[in-house]
Amino acid sequence: MIKVTNLHKSFGNVKAVRGISFEVPDGQITGLLGPNGAGKTTTLRMLYSLLPPDEGEIRIDGLDPCKDAMAIKRTLGVVPDSRGLYVRMSARENIAYFGSLHGMSPAKINTRIEELVGTLDMADFIDRRTEGFSQGQRVKVAIARAMVHKPQTVMMDEPSNGLDVMSTRALRRYILSLKEAGHSVVLSTHIMQEVAALCDRIIIIAKGEIAADGTAAELLEQSHCDSLEDAFVHLIGTEEGLLA
Amino acid sequence: MSGLGTIYKKEIRENLRDRRSLFNSVLLGPILFPILFIGLGYFATSKQQERAEQVLEVPVIGAEHAPNLVNFLEQQGVIIKPAPEDPESLVRSQEVQVIVHIPEKYPQQWQEGKPAVIEVIADPSRRESDIPMRRIKRLLMGYGAQIGQLRLQLRGVSPSIRTPVMVKDIDLSTPQSRGMLVMLMLPYVLMITAFTGGMHLAVDSTAGEKERKSLEPLLINPVPRWQIMLGKMAATATYAFASLFLTLLSFRIAFPLLPMGALGVDLSLSMGAVGGILLAISPVVILAAAMLTTLAALAKSLREAQSYMGLVFMIPMIPSIIFMVNPVTPVTWMMLVPMFSQNLLIGEFIRGESVPMLWLLLSMGSTLLIGLVFAAVAATLFNRPRIVFSS
Repeated sequence: MIKVTNLHKSFGNVKAVRGISFEVPDGQITGLLGPNGAGKTTTLRMLYSLLPPDEGEIRIDGLDPCKDAMAIKRTLGVVPDSRGLYVRMSARENIAYFGSLHGMSPAKINTRIEELVGTLDMADFIDRRTEGFSQGQRVKVAIARAMVHKPQTVMMDEPSNGLDVMSTRALRRYILSLKEAGHSVVLSTHIMQEVAALCDRIIIIAKGEIAADGTAAELLEQSHCDSLEDAFVHLIGTEEGLLA
Repeated sequence: MSGLGTIYKKEIRENLRDRRSLFNSVLLGPILFPILFIGLGYFATSKQQERAEQVLEVPVIGAEHAPNLVNFLEQQGVIIKPAPEDPESLVRSQEVQVIVHIPEKYPQQWQEGKPAVIEVIADPSRRESDIPMRRIKRLLMGYGAQIGQLRLQLRGVSPSIRTPVMVKDIDLSTPQSRGMLVMLMLPYVLMITAFTGGMHLAVDSTAGEKERKSLEPLLINPVPRWQIMLGKMAATATYAFASLFLTLLSFRIAFPLLPMGALGVDLSLSMGAVGGILLAISPVVILAAAMLTTLAALAKSLREAQSYMGLVFMIPMIPSIIFMVNPVTPVTWMMLVPMFSQNLLIGEFIRGESVPMLWLLLSMGSTLLIGLVFAAVAATLFNRPRIVFSS
């Protein structure tokens, strides 16, 4: 359960987030949808306690990221916007590094990696150094290292960025399987199909503010549009940033 | 603290795999510096000997005014060359290093028993003419002394009356100055190594982490940021320390190969001295790791970080150069100056002197204090969003 109240964040003169409030219920997939530069990444960064908000309140399962950063980080699995891997280390070592940073024992890490190799289909490259990995392979490793400690809540910042069709489909299947396993997922995206295919709830963000919040059906109803894409354009009031 | 340990181990391991950088930053110094020292040592001594043993060829102007003197010189093995046209310009252009001029007045002064003037034309600021000039002067003085003795004896006076004081010249200047090369260069080399050894790791683990976009994922882990920074600094310090240790070991192997006999100095590097030097320099390693990590973390990109690293070289050079230009005898207060005190201490260790415990403690304490201040600053750097997201 995530509860965000009146969140503000500025960088110098740029107001990235201006009074965002929303709730994310457990066991659902929630999409933060918005054009590029709408404030999705900044909002997520505040949620996973990388950035302190200027104003407002965040509670994740009752914990405040500003005060209980360590506790929150232990319960969160995050695939951030930057998915840099260590190229001189194998995929397995990359994942194990994060497991170790979560305080897991080597034995536990090994069993967990074997599980992840299965679910994410990484057997072909798990012991290869990550130098020269394809985007799809990279994202898989980034997801695996975010999931190594079996987090209850998963946050993904534009997870399908740069992926081909096959990888995107596999990713979507994986996100749906997370939901089936009882995880809460928050993902940010600017891709309409992704939202339509995955999300139980959609929060539309534009220019640092919430433009709409609800299920797909509710959004269609609110905007009196037939398609989600039209609804989106209607709700944010512009087509800017839609083509990415 | 297990987070710190994990970071440390990962940085050490990952950077061990970057063979080229590992070789450049950690191994190149230990291999190159001793070879450079041995080469320079041999080159210097062989040059010096060559010049000292070379047959002295000296043009003499006005040889006809002092046939006895010229005979004497020839007996001493000097080859007398005919007088050149324009002696001064020849010396200036270094075609000839030294010329003896016997003025016309010489016979007359000689007859009258006055000091007969002989001019030695040379440019001693040219290092290569220094030795022939001194050799010919010594011969001329020897001739003068011999004649003086004869004159006194002819008058029935004991020649020793002319020597109320006997100055014995024990010339240590040349061997010492050549020994100084090692004395001055070794602390300098070690100081630089304390910085270069960890340089690559410092850049790779901070600016590099930003560049390859792995810093944000790293910071999402439940490890306090100061532990992440400290782990990286510790890894940087370890690499620098390893490089220092290897450098000292290779010098220990190389010292007996140096032409010490010819240098006339006895330098040795016992394991005790190696240990002492490592102990004395270890706070510098910490200071260097903290400085390098701070700078590299502040840089916006890998390139910017690398450009800072070039400047960082200057830091350990300054105290060493001051010491080279103005060698001082160590005094207690100097032990408080970071990097300068280590220069002095290393010198003492190489000479095999026993180093006062107070000096060692003061030097280590003061440098460590500054190092920890830098480390504390560095430890907070990742708390600043501007540094984390600057790329």
